Amino acid sequence: MALEVQGLIAGYGPVTVLRGVDFRAESGRITCLMGRNGVGKSTFLKTLMGLLPAAAGTITLDGAALHGLPAHEVPKRGLAYVPQGRRLFGPLTVAENLAVGGLVRGNDAATLAHVLTLFPRLRERLDQTAGTLSGGEQQMLAIARALCLRPKVLLLDEPTEGLQPSMIALIQEAILTLRAEGVAVVLVEQRVDAVLKLADRVAFMVAGRVEKAINVNGLTADGEVFRTYVGV
Amino acid sequence: MAFGPFLLLALMEGLVTAAILALAASGLSLVFGVMRVVNVAHGEFYMLGAVLAWAVTTMIPGPPAMAFLAAVLIAPLLVAALAAAADGLILKRLNYDPEATIVATIGLLYILQQAALSLYGPNANPVAAPFTWRIQLPWFGYSGYKLFVVLAAILVLLALWAFMTRTRAGLVMRATQVDRTTAQAFGINVDRVYMGTFALGAGLAALAGVLIVPVQQAQYLMGHDPLLLSFIVVIIGGLGSLRGTLIAALVIGLSDGVISMFFTPTLAKILATLLVAMVLVFRPQGLFGAKA
Repeated sequence: MALEVQGLIAGYGPVTVLRGVDFRAESGRITCLMGRNGVGKSTFLKTLMGLLPAAAGTITLDGAALHGLPAHEVPKRGLAYVPQGRRLFGPLTVAENLAVGGLVRGNDAATLAHVLTLFPRLRERLDQTAGTLSGGEQQMLAIARALCLRPKVLLLDEPTEGLQPSMIALIQEAILTLRAEGVAVVLVEQRVDAVLKLADRVAFMVAGRVEKAINVNGLTADGEVFRTYVGV
Repeated sequence: MAFGPFLLLALMEGLVTAAILALAASGLSLVFGVMRVVNVAHGEFYMLGAVLAWAVTTMIPGPPAMAFLAAVLIAPLLVAALAAAADGLILKRLNYDPEATIVATIGLLYILQQAALSLYGPNANPVAAPFTWRIQLPWFGYSGYKLFVVLAAILVLLALWAFMTRTRAGLVMRATQVDRTTAQAFGINVDRVYMGTFALGAGLAALAGVLIVPVQQAQYLMGHDPLLLSFIVVIIGGLGSLRGTLIAALVIGLSDGVISMFFTPTLAKILATLLVAMVLVFRPQGLFGAKA
């Protein structure tokens, strides 16, 4: 199973942000997207989800075209999205947020049980409104909600941003579990240590394009590639 | 009549106003809450409910109760279908832009009003109540139908609450209300949700119109007062808050009944408008609305 993107051009109205992105993510692998602020990482994920229209290029999942589909059809094809800033349904309870996540798949009990096994803390908070959770718990819920879709591809936009180390560890562990279960994970991440710990492959974006995509094996935190593309 | 029974009568009249207002205003609140559309044509859906109730009861022969039951079922459905069409033909094409939809629904108001004038005429027509029994209290007799209106409104509002909190469709509507974009990312067809919400809001207004028409006659200009009062209720209760809408409807309805009875209906409207002004100055988000 593979998500393939070729020559993707997209943006906001007249402003073009993505200028021909070529990208590939495979089942059971974590592909990180890195790049300086404003290079188009979040825009890329939104365009994959159909939340921004693609002006040109193709997006396919196992050969089936996703580009041009209405946004609400994309999750039905197997893509799930954890946006930056979580964007939970704050006034809804944890259980209701998870139910929204499972709408596409009919909210089966087995999926919910599996998700709550990954994030047991949420089981204790099912009746609590999402807006009252701590930052870490909110991030767990954002990921759990996406997993209720039983996705083939999970898009994560900086899921550990602003979290304390213990929460980061929990979320990283969950991401590794998903990889082991065969999910293709696309992770936008700014922290080099997280990329080295999680990623199988890393794609560096510059000015709306993937400039370089390499395997992580053998890379080190002080590698030249990170200095060049991320500025660390 | 002594003061006590007179007050009781005023409160009972106020309760009927509150019940009708709660139905109409909850539709307006729902449409604003989920779609962020200020529907200026909402009062016309109320008017259409009343006018269609007259049309249905006129067409169906037999006992008034049967004809009225048919009106209760048919008129809100027809109005809801009309609202769904208006959503697809007008609001969707404007991409639900908040300012453009205000102008568009003002246009819709006049289209519906003039269509009713052309097809129905300028006269006010009565609709027979489904039953005529009265409750005899020690001090005065009271229409059993008016109490039925209160009971029916309570049942419909309870059903609406259950629909919003206990059903998949209600969950979808609440999720869309919170974040339209994220809702799409979870497979929710927002266009369809908006169409359903607009139809439901209009259907509630039409139902209020059907229920009131045995008490007030059906007339093509009857949508103005409910529109004004619904806006007053929704602003006081908090835009998009169903709970606030219901509480505000009770406050406005009861005060309208009491002040109209002891003083004048005009004074009741003036005081309601003053209350809205106070809310806008001191708590612009309304009593139960979320801060912007």
